Amino acid sequence: MNSIYSYLAIPLLPLIASFCVGILGKKLSEFFASSFTILSVFGAFILSCFTLNQTLDGLVVNQAVYQWLATGRYQFEVGFLIDNLTAMMMVVVTFISLMVHIYTMGYMKGDPGYRRFFSYISLFTFSMLMLVMSNNFMQLFFGWEAVGLVSYLLIGFWYQKSTAIYANLKAFLVNRVGDFGFILGIAMILYWTGSLDYATVFKNVGIITAHTMQLFGQPVEVITVICVLLFIGAMGKSAQVPLHVWLPDSMEGPTPISALIHAATMVTAGIFMVSRMSPLFELSDTALSFVMIIGAITALFMGLLGIIQNDIKRVIAYSTLSQLGYMTVALGASAYSVAMFHLMTHAFFKALLFLGAGSVIIGMHHDQDIRNMGNLRKYMPVTWITFLIGSLALIGTPLFSGFYSKDSLIEVVKLSHITGSNFAYFSVLVGVFVTAFYSFRLYFLVFHGKEKWRLQTVAHNDDYHHGLNPKDNPHESALSITLPLTLLAIPSVVIGYISIEPILFGSFFAKSIFLNVEAHPAMEHLSHHFHQIYHGPFGMAVHSILSIPFFFATSGVALAYYCYQVNINLPKQIIKNTQTIYSILENKYGFDSFNEKFFAHGSRFLGERFWRLGDEKIIDGWFVNGTARFVGKCSEKIRIIQSGYIYHYAFAMVIGVFLFLTFFIKI
Amino acid sequence: MIGLSHYLILAAILFTISVVGIFLNRKNIIILLMSIELMLLAVNINFIAFSYYLNDIAGQIFVFFILTIAAAESAIGLAIIVLIFRNTRSINVDDLNRLSG
Amino acid sequence: MNELIQFDLSLIMPEIFVLSMAMVVLMTDLFIKPSSRWIIYSLSQLTLLGSTYLTGKDFAEETQFAFSNMFVRDGLADFLKMISYLGISLTFLYSRSYMKDRGLYRGEYFALVLFALLGMMIMISSHNMLLVYMGLELLSLCLYSITALDRDNQKATESAIKYFVLGALASGLLLYGMSMIYGATSSLDIGIISTTLFNHPTDHSILVLGLVFVLAGLAFKLGAVPFQMWVPDVYEGAPSSIAMLISSVPKLAAFAITIRLLADGLQSMIIDWKEMLLIMAVLSISIGNITAIAQKNIKRMYAYSTISHIGFILFGVMSGSLNGYASSLFYVASYMLMTLVSFAILMIMSNKNFECELIEDFKGLNKRSPWYAFLMLIVMLSMAGIPPTIGFYAKFMVLQAALEAGFVGFVIYAVMMVLVGMFYYLRIVKLMYFDEPKVKGKIEASLDVQWVLSLNALSLLIIGLVPYTFMEATTQAISLSLN
Repeated sequence: MNSIYSYLAIPLLPLIASFCVGILGKKLSEFFASSFTILSVFGAFILSCFTLNQTLDGLVVNQAVYQWLATGRYQFEVGFLIDNLTAMMMVVVTFISLMVHIYTMGYMKGDPGYRRFFSYISLFTFSMLMLVMSNNFMQLFFGWEAVGLVSYLLIGFWYQKSTAIYANLKAFLVNRVGDFGFILGIAMILYWTGSLDYATVFKNVGIITAHTMQLFGQPVEVITVICVLLFIGAMGKSAQVPLHVWLPDSMEGPTPISALIHAATMVTAGIFMVSRMSPLFELSDTALSFVMIIGAITALFMGLLGIIQNDIKRVIAYSTLSQLGYMTVALGASAYSVAMFHLMTHAFFKALLFLGAGSVIIGMHHDQDIRNMGNLRKYMPVTWITFLIGSLALIGTPLFSGFYSKDSLIEVVKLSHITGSNFAYFSVLVGVFVTAFYSFRLYFLVFHGKEKWRLQTVAHNDDYHHGLNPKDNPHESALSITLPLTLLAIPSVVIGYISIEPILFGSFFAKSIFLNVEAHPAMEHLSHHFHQIYHGPFGMAVHSILSIPFFFATSGVALAYYCYQVNINLPKQIIKNTQTIYSILENKYGFDSFNEKFFAHGSRFLGERFWRLGDEKIIDGWFVNGTARFVGKCSEKIRIIQSGYIYHYAFAMVIGVFLFLTFFIKI
Repeated sequence: MIGLSHYLILAAILFTISVVGIFLNRKNIIILLMSIELMLLAVNINFIAFSYYLNDIAGQIFVFFILTIAAAESAIGLAIIVLIFRNTRSINVDDLNRLSG
Repeated sequence: MNELIQFDLSLIMPEIFVLSMAMVVLMTDLFIKPSSRWIIYSLSQLTLLGSTYLTGKDFAEETQFAFSNMFVRDGLADFLKMISYLGISLTFLYSRSYMKDRGLYRGEYFALVLFALLGMMIMISSHNMLLVYMGLELLSLCLYSITALDRDNQKATESAIKYFVLGALASGLLLYGMSMIYGATSSLDIGIISTTLFNHPTDHSILVLGLVFVLAGLAFKLGAVPFQMWVPDVYEGAPSSIAMLISSVPKLAAFAITIRLLADGLQSMIIDWKEMLLIMAVLSISIGNITAIAQKNIKRMYAYSTISHIGFILFGVMSGSLNGYASSLFYVASYMLMTLVSFAILMIMSNKNFECELIEDFKGLNKRSPWYAFLMLIVMLSMAGIPPTIGFYAKFMVLQAALEAGFVGFVIYAVMMVLVGMFYYLRIVKLMYFDEPKVKGKIEASLDVQWVLSLNALSLLIIGLVPYTFMEATTQAISLSLN
């Protein structure tokens, strides 16, 4: 494990598996396809654990593996930067991916695209590993686009389904907006520092800070522009307002994907990227404020939408959005380690929740409407318990993993003094209440109460929404599904307690994350609190019982209990009385219709005009077709010279010599 | 007195005649072979003239090689012409235009 | 004296070996039944293996001369020879079943190819204009005969006579040029020519006269405009296996003598030949790419694509720097790998009753055999110069060298022509993947061909991803030989 090439094996294992399964396809048995990919991801996971073990001992590797191109000043390389930040991400990614692989064996059983699916998720694991292990912006961008690509492929996995294709297209378009900002940011970095290598860029960051540039007639610091542009990329991938619209729709993909890509790993790429770029972001308070405000808006308002959703996956999707907002707020507060910590705990419990939801969906025969569920705890005990654990972790119940990350996060926002931190603090606090409410609304509706599918009369004929007949009983899913649930439930409970001290207050991230302590002392204060007042993680849990977040969380749960267990008709009355608010939420604040009306219609209108005038007449007519026609004509003309007669050929040669002679002999 | 330049001019004239022979002739392929021979002979004159005036033997040795290779070349050329005649019953240069474009 | 000859002989061991084996092959063929031709085939492959061993055994680290400086063995020579062995070996393998189907699987084919290889090896190692001419003629005479190997095929014989007449004209031009250079420098030795030109600037116009004629001969061998007219006709007329041979390995030898004569011998005339090469390169790229579009016959299309590739190779040479020569060497070697696969797929798709030579024949290849379609896809992408294939890297390096030499406008022009070129390469891809097959039936090839062909095609991708070892080898070969 000392040579850089052994690290290379980590991303390559899933890649090879993906290629084999993808290319050989139908020639492989289903069992071989799944076990081969699972083994390769398992190998990657084991190697990642070794790597984490090494980096915990202080190992930092920053080395190029191979140089692809070298042009004059710039080098394009593939290289690895392996430190604690990377190693943590590697372990999280490979672990969740492994769980999802195993889960998929049960979930996708009998699907005609079984092998294709395994090929895709292995490819995703490869891309994500390339992204997190990268030591330069080009590879980062490669990984960034590659995970995007796999995500599109997987959202549209059931390509006969029109909604899946729309969702797919939407994700693609929205991400393009983000990527546009991202690549502009990278281009500016290349322009100002002359390098794409992280280490060189961070070393030369001084050059950037010394400059301002003119933007819309205003002088702006270059570093701010760079950071904001990079963050726009992160907004696309990590689904921050207003580029969040693709994520809820991406739930059209198979559930394991929602767990792996759209909850646990890929969407956190933006958070990871900003943490990696901490030496840049630390230099621009404006950018940090921007980050924090965007995060706060996402955290609160997307959480509110979770309350009114009726699709089990969509509720969790909005909760993901809101939690991503939390992480972003932490980034804005310069608490990168807290963001990464929350990213990790969230990865575990959110994957757990999604996989649990998938298990419920199978139990309900692909009916995803929570209004048709109820009392499932009787039929699906393992799913019930693990789902409950996941929900408790999500709302931040003391001692659960989510508690440590979220509580530290709220605390650090409170201590932050950056512009917008008050609003952010308000948002995350209210968010706690909202989170607790929608989580337990979901929980009570699904696992408690009446068995509502028995009341149904409408038959489901849609190919993908079969649903359960009134007389059937749901049953617990197979081992391949319950095993990952159990395995994910364990870290969801304990990981926070174990790792809060080294990650947040120890030196875990000391070599990976740069913190300007003087300008942003919030983390310092938090650390002080932790050691002096709480005396460790257990004390933190005890202290929290009297804190505001805990109060909000309990009241959220209590309200959910009241609304959906005690007074079942209350929600309907509330909806009736608050029609306006409800319809605003129903329309998701009008983002979709705004995009539809303004961007889609507007660009269609503009496009139409440009197309008629610019494209058809000028570009197509003159340039493209004109050139093609011209080239075609030339081609036909030149062919005539090739007449087939020897003497013509000889003549051409002699003429050639003659012309050269007349040109070059100067007497 | 005949000097180097006279030889060179003679060679150049022969060379030109042979080259013109290749692209002016539209009848018989054999004439092409003759032109090629003539071209090589022109080159030989060049080499020998230079060799003599430069007092360097290498040019004359080169001529020996050219002569042998020319013989081999004509042999192969004639063989190909025989094949063509077998296939098309004609060795007319104008008939050789199945391949074009 | 004896030791000296021994040393000389030790340097040309590979040549001696190939020569003797070619004769052995020729003789053995007389005594075996047609059904045991595999003996000839194995003997030929053994020859290549043996010569690879002999060349590799004492791979030239430094430049060594033999036979009064006529013969040179240096990094460039050994590198090119190694690649030539590989190319010839692949040619034998790929064309085996194709030749069998057409009754061309005969002893003289192998003997002639081995003699042609000998000619190429001599060209590659020549350090004297006499040897350049000898090697060139040995190669050309063999190629003329091989082109006419299919005796009863009208097209093949017609292409043979065209190749022969034009080739003879070209070697006449080359000889005339050589005689002029000989007259101006009083030597045939490339090294002495080079030093003489440096130390005693002689009559410039007579040198330019010689240079133009020599260049015409070289350009004919390479197939650069305006000396390219034979290329499409010969490719189309000759059987695919022979077109594959003509289009691949001889380009290496032609490149070698170009480098030896121009970059070494006439180094001090760089200003003149730079411009001449520039004209030829620009014309080759445009005429090659543009005319290829109108082709319906895939072999003709390959021919025009070859012409455009030659244009790119000349781009590297004319930049006149070690970097440029190295990138040209890289280009010509990768071109050989590409062209071998492209013709091999053509031959695999042909069978006894069917000759695959129209672009239409590629329709729906993906439905008939996804794997071969994929291999063809790699080749087409590589020829078009799309990353991450070897073709992209080769074009990139060559154009970069030209850019460093200051040919900005021409580089932009070349890139635009690459775009034109993509049209016809990608048209094949479109036909393979989106059209319905015109011909039904499976595509069959023997196991060894399948494996080697796949490896060869994948190497285009792999070297494209990891070009550095290969690039370093070429740089080293060039920098060891030229200083």
